[in-house]
Amino acid sequence: MINKKVANAQEALHDVQDNQTIMVGGFGLSGIPENSIAELVRKNITGLTCISNNAGVDDFGLGLLLQKRQIKKMIASYVGENAEFERQMLSGELDVELTPQGTLAEKCRAAQAGIPAFFTPAGYGTEVAEGKETREFNGKMYVMEEAYQADFAIVKAWKGDEAGNLIFKGTTRSFNAVMAGAGKITIAEVEELLPVGALDPNQIHIPGIYVKRIFQGEKYEKRIEQRTVRKRD
Amino acid sequence: MALDKIGIAKRIAKELQDGFYVNLGIGIPTLVANYIPEGMNVEFQSENGVLGMGPFPFEGDEDADLINAGKQTITTLPGASFFDSAMSFGMIRSQHVDLTILGAMEVSENGDIANWKIPGKMVKGMGGAMDLVASAENIIVAMMHVNKAGESKILKKCTLPLTGVGCVKKVVTELALMEITPNGFKLLERAPGVSVEEIIKATEAELIIEGTIPEMSI
Repeated sequence: MINKKVANAQEALHDVQDNQTIMVGGFGLSGIPENSIAELVRKNITGLTCISNNAGVDDFGLGLLLQKRQIKKMIASYVGENAEFERQMLSGELDVELTPQGTLAEKCRAAQAGIPAFFTPAGYGTEVAEGKETREFNGKMYVMEEAYQADFAIVKAWKGDEAGNLIFKGTTRSFNAVMAGAGKITIAEVEELLPVGALDPNQIHIPGIYVKRIFQGEKYEKRIEQRTVRKRD
Repeated sequence: MALDKIGIAKRIAKELQDGFYVNLGIGIPTLVANYIPEGMNVEFQSENGVLGMGPFPFEGDEDADLINAGKQTITTLPGASFFDSAMSFGMIRSQHVDLTILGAMEVSENGDIANWKIPGKMVKGMGGAMDLVASAENIIVAMMHVNKAGESKILKKCTLPLTGVGCVKKVVTELALMEITPNGFKLLERAPGVSVEEIIKATEAELIIEGTIPEMSI
């Protein structure tokens, strides 16, 4: 067993530098690596390019990094929940690359899978396709998109073991499972870090080979963005 | 009388077919799930990675790890499954999802749709909409016929940045159900109590009107 365990977020993120490109997992505020984001805030790393489906809300998730102007460029598909983000973008302070969600996922997956580029129909005929190669296959038009190149991928899982194997819960698999292994160094934070042998190999979502460092998060707020419920009769 | 949002959702629900996998966008489309015709089996896909989405949870049962693409807390039904975002859009692009229902700011007579950006004013992002409209065979748009200023959103040509080109098949608004044909918008049904003249007046694009236009049954 190759042991990937580190003590905490501080140790896991010790070599993150200013101006690097970082993938951050999760969807909305669900399944985000809360402890690693807190550590990026604490270290005051600046000039970051962040690849993440969303940009958090004003006071949680990547919104915490935006508040402190630590992000130079944001690559995301949907940023509608963050007023500070919208302000920085419209004023030109923040460089933003909006990418169709499926393309964003596939650009991560391509990096994870060692594929430099692929063709997708998403965005053909729109401003997303401007300046990109397009090609016809079987009578339909496609846009060429390239794999991301990131220094770090930071993901969050439900359970992990010291070998770096990961299991996700519910809909938090989303971008966490496609970013694991898609950066030069993948850091996984988990709610529960178990010794090797504790997880059933049949149930592993991401094998440990993709994970360089793993730690158990100190605490999880797990904030809910849109609490929708129905009344009990 | 023009339909309200629920009326639009109810009319769109009648387009569902047994055995359909359906992706619902945020807003009016989400309401469609409440009006599935009795005895029909459809399964809802949410692009953040779930098939077999159920209703909202009971108060107190919300799970931060279980949401839909609108970030709303949800439940799952028996037979549900979870998967990652790449696989989710894989099943969308490979047309395993039978029907996509989404909102729009503008639709044009050749089936173009705009719903993600108002330059200089509002940029929320396209989310999964570009992938969905570029991939789905069957796209129904749920939208309001006119904007708050009274201007038509059913256009000859979209004025806003596009989400997709030549992809929309049907549009249901508070006033009408229209099909997009190679020759443009064809008026198929009018909302209860709404006249054809009112629909023409609220529509910037040309409408193809053949024979008597029936009133929708909701």
